[in-house]
Amino acid sequence: MSSDTKKVLFGPVVDNNPIALQVLGVCSALAVTSSMANALVMTLAVVLVTAFSNLFISIIRNHIPSSVRIIVQMAIIASLVIVVDQVLKAFSYQLSKELSVYIGLIITNCIVMGRAEAFAMKEKPGVSFLDGIGNGLGYGAVLLIVAFFRELFGFGTLFGIEILPLIQNGGWYQGNGLLVLPFSSFFIIGLIIWGIRQYKPEQVEKD
Amino acid sequence: MSNNKETFGKTVVFVFVVCLVCAALVSIAAVGLKPLQTANKLLDKQTKILEASGLLAEAGKDIVGTYNKRVVAKMINLETGEIIDGDTDMFDERSDSRDVTKSTKPKNDIAGLSRRADRAVIYLVKSEQGQLDTVVLPIVGGGLWDLMYGFVGLATDLNSVKSVVYSDLKETPGLGAEVLNPNWKALWPGKKMFDEQNNIAIKLVKGGAKKGDIHGVDGLSGATLTSDGVQRTIHFWLGDEGYGPFITKFRNGGLD
Repeated sequence: MSSDTKKVLFGPVVDNNPIALQVLGVCSALAVTSSMANALVMTLAVVLVTAFSNLFISIIRNHIPSSVRIIVQMAIIASLVIVVDQVLKAFSYQLSKELSVYIGLIITNCIVMGRAEAFAMKEKPGVSFLDGIGNGLGYGAVLLIVAFFRELFGFGTLFGIEILPLIQNGGWYQGNGLLVLPFSSFFIIGLIIWGIRQYKPEQVEKD
Repeated sequence: MSNNKETFGKTVVFVFVVCLVCAALVSIAAVGLKPLQTANKLLDKQTKILEASGLLAEAGKDIVGTYNKRVVAKMINLETGEIIDGDTDMFDERSDSRDVTKSTKPKNDIAGLSRRADRAVIYLVKSEQGQLDTVVLPIVGGGLWDLMYGFVGLATDLNSVKSVVYSDLKETPGLGAEVLNPNWKALWPGKKMFDEQNNIAIKLVKGGAKKGDIHGVDGLSGATLTSDGVQRTIHFWLGDEGYGPFITKFRNGGLD
């Protein structure tokens, strides 16, 4: 893998993370991180949608009239999201029930549109596709970290497997009620951003 | 930007083509996956009904087979309590309760439904020997955030509880959503819904029910509003505006 490809694919995970640096797509990161399974499925969905929307938009980028480019991007993104939603309903009904509206809301996830507008409109299809995967992974990395803490300390489980036995199930661990609620993700995301910026001080905005 | 792609005509043609392709993609996905989705939905419902009748462990992987062998769905008219003809597979409580011609406004709407469907589908579950064993009644009522959908499994006296199983809810995880906790569900079997005077007596007790209280079930700690919702839902559905007429008919042997 050339270093350029690597940069496009893995750059968004730490160096240019869509949630931590660009602060995009935070709302869905709050909603779907109560369990690892949900976060993983959401990650896969966003990776697929971002990658393919980048690919298709990049293929037709030279033909898109600039006056209606946002609408064209939206049409493509929305179609892909509906397809993902339908596939999920067909193959994993339980998860689609839990994720419910949040799959549909990928349409409004700023990461997807941000990458389409900022990257795919200028670059070749191959590299755009990788950029989509990379940004999906960057989003997913944050999601999974948040879900890890929320599920482990909120419910005492990981992927539904009991790690810390809860008092209400006869164990010793008192689940953290704060982490069960969506807004606790704000704290965890804040800590992640702080951590990344300690490690990479160049990400700190200048006053 | 070259000018030639910016003309009005080309823009319209381009957008039209994009829309056509997108629409085709969406339609193919929706139509192509429909059978799988319907099967999934049905499987989910059948799993819950088997759980409510305590057959889930026995069924193992063969949900559909066990369901077809042991469960009979019947449509009833809630007002009269009589069994009526109707396609039980196609019945959808949610669309019926939204349809003014197929639903009524409850006089005493303790479950917070605003409209109740006129018909309901109940499930008669037979034992291995073919004897009627459990009656599973669907219930729906407001919790803290939204309506909660579930099933109540009753023994043939329509009084002894076999299970209370929720299938669809939006309650707070860790608090209200603990109605799905197996430990809480395990509190229900053996409780009695009605007292000796045949009044609905079941209640969720905040702080824990007394030992030996056959009408009391522990409330969910930290989720008083959800617990109240569960209690009101059950009271509504076992009452006169719910399955009351059916229960009376059933006990009097009005069911073949």
